[in-house]
Amino acid sequence: MARTALAGATFAAISLPRLSEAKRAPAGGRLVDTNVTLMQWPMRRLPLDESEVLARTLLEHHVVEAWACSFEALLQPDLTAVNNRLARACKSAPRNLFIPFGAINPARTRWREDLRRCADEHKMPGIRLYPNYHGYTLNDAACADLFAECAGRGLIVQIAATLEDVRVQHPRMKCDPVDLKPLPGALAHAPGLKLVLLNWNRALNSKIALSLAAEGKAWVDMATQEGVAGISNLLRQAPRNAVLFGSHAPFYYFESALLKLRESELTADELEAIRFGNAGNVKRTHSI
Amino acid sequence: MTIWDIHVHLSGVPGKTAAERTDALLRYADRLDIERLCVFMGLNWSYDPTPEDMRRQNDEVIEAVRHRPDRVMGFVYLNPNHVEASLSELDRCVRDGPLVGVKLWVARRCHEPELDPIVRRATELRAPVLQHAYLKVAGNLPGESTPAQLAALSRRHPQSSFICAHAGAEWETGIRDLRDCPNVSVDISGTDPTAGMVEMAVNELGAKRVLFGSDAGGRSYASQLGKVLGARISREARAMILSENARRILAPILKLKGVNV
Repeated sequence: MARTALAGATFAAISLPRLSEAKRAPAGGRLVDTNVTLMQWPMRRLPLDESEVLARTLLEHHVVEAWACSFEALLQPDLTAVNNRLARACKSAPRNLFIPFGAINPARTRWREDLRRCADEHKMPGIRLYPNYHGYTLNDAACADLFAECAGRGLIVQIAATLEDVRVQHPRMKCDPVDLKPLPGALAHAPGLKLVLLNWNRALNSKIALSLAAEGKAWVDMATQEGVAGISNLLRQAPRNAVLFGSHAPFYYFESALLKLRESELTADELEAIRFGNAGNVKRTHSI
Repeated sequence: MTIWDIHVHLSGVPGKTAAERTDALLRYADRLDIERLCVFMGLNWSYDPTPEDMRRQNDEVIEAVRHRPDRVMGFVYLNPNHVEASLSELDRCVRDGPLVGVKLWVARRCHEPELDPIVRRATELRAPVLQHAYLKVAGNLPGESTPAQLAALSRRHPQSSFICAHAGAEWETGIRDLRDCPNVSVDISGTDPTAGMVEMAVNELGAKRVLFGSDAGGRSYASQLGKVLGARISREARAMILSENARRILAPILKLKGVNV
């Protein structure tokens, strides 16, 4: 066999920052994770699906705030009980780590009462929607009503566009990604709505997320952003002040999101904005 | 801890030539301490490449290897629908060239007999065979293999070394299908960083049969590396997955080529 272009090459370790550093916060400082879910995923046990274990991991990685909904919300019809348990789990977490985002299903009756309890009783800063699991579209009248009500209350609305790769879903649990096409029209009736799009990259008509971000009408998270230097690529399509750190933990390995910040060549300002600055602005402001 | 990425493509990064794209891939690999890249398939892909297209794509991979032989290895991309052309390409690129393994994608399902002469020749050359394998709930492409089909192929060739790319993607089934195939390793590349994948692979196959791969540039190095760094496995298992297993699997052919491992 010919000795070739590889011959003589020595596979020596190259001098680079060690991975032990990568496992810590890439640029130091805190993180706000806007895309976390508590309780158990219906299809499998996840290594970090116990709240205490997840909290330990997030705290190790300098997460100071994790915006959390509940996997129980996907299939359980009694969202009142789901949100009660979510609120209790968040209260018992160390260092006020978990910030509860209750689940609301506008396709079901009495959703306004669920919303009132989230806001008034549990003091949640926002809610999370799962349109594909709950069986409605962003074009539905009830959805527009919900947006308007949340805008009036100053509540953050997170829409989870997907939760898993549709190619490998359980054959009896196939959920198409959310179609974002109606979203600009729906937002017209909810001026000032604080809208956060999670796992939006695989939504139908996903580019609408980027155009809404560019127009200052939505924030987008980065959990499903892929490709080499993916965050740099995202920042070429969405303004810096519209991108939020989101891990989709514990469904995804938290470290996958964290390392994306290291893989991309980001300025200190960009890192600060994505790590926590923009999330702080979502909570403070009524629009970007 | 060193890191070898066993599954990289010359895609998803800027550059008009293989050399330019290699530089771009390495620029970001450096940021995550990834020392070696194993690349296959060219600048533009095809499901069922003609012999001419195979040669073009493999020439581009050879260009990448020759551009950075200190950092980049390559596998030859073959098409079992063109067996004679594939055998010629195997000789040209592996026996007589710098490539060190075989990549098979979605041209033909891998349990079919057309693969046998390719696998036999690869084994003679000490080249591992990396087979794309997926389990899609809506159905695979006509020529797209499943882990169970790779298991069938591996049983016909017990002396050969196989790598199941993506662990079948629907990894809970894929890993189970490969449990009793000791000559098949899995690479963890090219799927969402779904938690539990690496733990299950280590528990069911043993850490020695799990390889780090990213599927960059379509995938992020980071999202895939996070699977290994975030997994609840031992330090020893992590080191095996990140580079030791790839070194071991490639050692026979690298030694033949005079490469210091």
